Amino acid sequence: MAILDSKVPDGPIKDKWTNYKNKIDLVNPANKRNIDIIVVGTGLAGGSAAATLAEQGYNVKAYCYQDSPRRAHSIAAQGGINASKNYMGDGDSDYRLFYDTVKGGDYRSREANVYRLAEVSGNIIDQCVAQGVPFARDYGGLLDNRSFGGVLVSRTFYAKGQTGQQLLLGAYSAMNRQIARGKIEMFNRHEMLDVVKVDGKARGIITRNLITGEIERHSAHAVVIATGGYGNVYFLSTNAMGSNATAAWKIHKKGAYFANPCFTQIHPTCIPRSGDYQSKLTLMSESLRNDGRIWVPAKIEDAKAIQEGKLRPTAIAEEDRDYYLERRYPAFGNLVPRDVASRAAKERCDAGYGVNATGEAVYLDFADAFVRYGKEQAKIHGIHNPSKEEIVKLGQGIIEEKYGNLFQMYEKIIAENPYETPMMIYPATHYTMGGVWVDYNLMTTVPGLYCLGEANFSDHGANRLGASALMQGLADGYFVLPYTIGDYLSDDIRTGKISTDSKEFDEVEKEVNDRIDFFMNNKGTKSVDHFHKRLGKVMWDKVGMARNEPHLKEAMAEIKAIREEFWKDVKVPGDANEMNLELEKAGRVADFLELGELFAKDALDRNESCGGHYREESVVKEGEQKGEALRNDTDFGYVSAWEYKGEPADAVLHKEELEFKDIELKQRSYK
Amino acid sequence: MNLTLKIWRQKGPQDKGAMVEYKVNDISEHMSFLEMMDVLNEQLVNSGDEPVAFDHDCREGICGMCSLYINGEAHGPDRGITTCQLHMRMFNDGDTIYIEPWRAAAFPVIKDLVVDRMAFERIQQAGGFVSVNTSGNTQDANALPISKHAADEAMDAAACIGCGACVASCKNSSAMLFVGAKVSQYALLPQGKVEAADRVMNMVHQMDLEGFGNCTNTGACEIECPKGIKLTNIARMNREFLKASIKG
Repeated sequence: MAILDSKVPDGPIKDKWTNYKNKIDLVNPANKRNIDIIVVGTGLAGGSAAATLAEQGYNVKAYCYQDSPRRAHSIAAQGGINASKNYMGDGDSDYRLFYDTVKGGDYRSREANVYRLAEVSGNIIDQCVAQGVPFARDYGGLLDNRSFGGVLVSRTFYAKGQTGQQLLLGAYSAMNRQIARGKIEMFNRHEMLDVVKVDGKARGIITRNLITGEIERHSAHAVVIATGGYGNVYFLSTNAMGSNATAAWKIHKKGAYFANPCFTQIHPTCIPRSGDYQSKLTLMSESLRNDGRIWVPAKIEDAKAIQEGKLRPTAIAEEDRDYYLERRYPAFGNLVPRDVASRAAKERCDAGYGVNATGEAVYLDFADAFVRYGKEQAKIHGIHNPSKEEIVKLGQGIIEEKYGNLFQMYEKIIAENPYETPMMIYPATHYTMGGVWVDYNLMTTVPGLYCLGEANFSDHGANRLGASALMQGLADGYFVLPYTIGDYLSDDIRTGKISTDSKEFDEVEKEVNDRIDFFMNNKGTKSVDHFHKRLGKVMWDKVGMARNEPHLKEAMAEIKAIREEFWKDVKVPGDANEMNLELEKAGRVADFLELGELFAKDALDRNESCGGHYREESVVKEGEQKGEALRNDTDFGYVSAWEYKGEPADAVLHKEELEFKDIELKQRSYK
Repeated sequence: MNLTLKIWRQKGPQDKGAMVEYKVNDISEHMSFLEMMDVLNEQLVNSGDEPVAFDHDCREGICGMCSLYINGEAHGPDRGITTCQLHMRMFNDGDTIYIEPWRAAAFPVIKDLVVDRMAFERIQQAGGFVSVNTSGNTQDANALPISKHAADEAMDAAACIGCGACVASCKNSSAMLFVGAKVSQYALLPQGKVEAADRVMNMVHQMDLEGFGNCTNTGACEIECPKGIKLTNIARMNREFLKASIKG
């Protein structure tokens, strides 16, 4: 078995990055002009990388499937971005951010990468402010912070409930500046369909122009993939409809190892599904759990009556409610980490206590918060002996200030006023911690091929903390890759332009064309969505929030069967040489049908419970923690990096053993 | 509910295009408008027809990709939402719904309901940025206090999602609300002041080149804007433009 070289530099953890930067090779400015870099994906990671590389002098070609880089799904992030600025003076530091992130990830991330992330986090805020990102401020004109789940300090910077949007627009503005100067050539509405290797190195990509259908060749000295996660393998997720794993999966098939595919985050506070026609799920910020209390009816007959629409939640007396998070986890209560909150909701719903027609929802109730804030406001405003109604009204005003946009969004979707009736929520697939394996330089196992942001696996271990995704995307793109890529490209200063007129490009382009021809000529009977929904159901039922060996084995067999049927019976209408949304979907779903099987295989291999991955076989058997997830560091303290060998089931496992020199491994407890 | 849809179909930019009628049945009031369109498309694919092309992505009202003109209104008959957030409960059984693409000379149709909004990209490239390198060697983020009022107002302007509803709603196909919002965000913040004059001149110049019309203060854009971008942003842009013109 090959040993994966993570290339983590020697020395104490706090000096690694500085010393490493001082020693690696650089490319001089005159030579950068002769080097081309392809960046696929323009979210926070890809957008910031493209802008910075262009600024350094490289010739950048950037690609996105949307009609503008500004529409990448980073834009949907609501809550905020972490940074260890310690502006609040509450004891934050690089070390504390590093520690929280490693612990939150249940000790399955690479220590050195996470420390570097914490180290550059402050710079990200400086950079974004300089770009004109309108972060929230206090009355003194300085930046405001808020707290987020799983940590003990306030370190989250935010721009209302649209932090992702504002950070992405910042990166997009930096890109625009370089596009105007001709240093970035931007390809909107282009989808990467494969990578081209020459002499073992990544030297280009094949794309489809989504307007004309034209298949194009693009060459470069290095290729950067920043195409986000694979949550849409579940069909229903909080991802955008177009979010896909094609670029990541295609590079996997060309030699990049795929790491920890089973590490997926199911986010607890999403709006529940309402019917079979549902196309996506909508997330509401985790910050709601700061003030909302989660409950289901304590009596099964009440739950049934609610499911049948015969009973209203407001009619259930306090003593007949089960605040199950507060009951099970008195120390953290409603603020347990995302994975714990999601599993607890599923447990209650599986037991029959769910609260909407589908039985898959729990209540998030703000009634107590209305009263708590209302009383405080009454004092502030000097209202003596306020009536109950007055108190609630005052309290609702405060909640509206804090979460008004979320309450409005909920009301638009569900058509119920959450100020009067408790919100209904249910977990949904949100973020994938797993992804393409990369070393300390963010290079994959293919030379010259890099992977950034959610698309790689490195920083979040088995569970991601809130407000850390934006931090990682921008850290990778603004402050890590632009240094590390120089070390590789310094060998390429005499290479000259990479020609697209070669047998390597011919071959890959032919593979791409063959697949498109297949879809156009298949004349099957079922739509792409039909197969995608079936795949999603298997993933959710058997590779979802709780997993076990029999289910995972069944899932692998079922996904394989769906894939075989897909290739026989899929129907793609229209033409290949024009805009064809069904053809686009067909390619993406074909890749999900392979990735899903590897996902289940990885989940089967990892017979431990850690972070978002919960194996029913690996739980605490006795004592106070009975029934809680049990991690197994002795047997599973590694990163699973899978090598492609034809069928997903034949993938070969390579292990990167994780070393923790600066943090003591503990079982997480939120009791 | 059962509905009749009249949808603009256009094979490509050169095709003349026409309204085509479709029927969809058993539509749930809880569906979003785009889920209703998914039902229609599934129906079309199953019967061997080509589905209707429309732009959409995040389906939660933030990416700005979706862009339908529904019964004569950008993003349909609700307020403060994008098409993907519009729900079928806004319609009644038996309704006929007219669905068209954004209509503006600067937004040519690519196919069916999909339009080309590259004009917005070029306007942003003309000056929608602060010329600061992304080196990280900038001053500390708290070195420059900014009043909460200015930061909040800049945020309100920056909330624009670039969907183009303002242009589609305007009888002159003016892009002043979009450009005004971007100019305002930077004009309100000290970081943007250094290049303010060049920025507004360059962005307005590019806007004119793209063939957008002028503003005649009707205010339809403000009403149809899914993000509540205010007309005052246009006024601020005009002030900035005037200042820059006088300074030469």
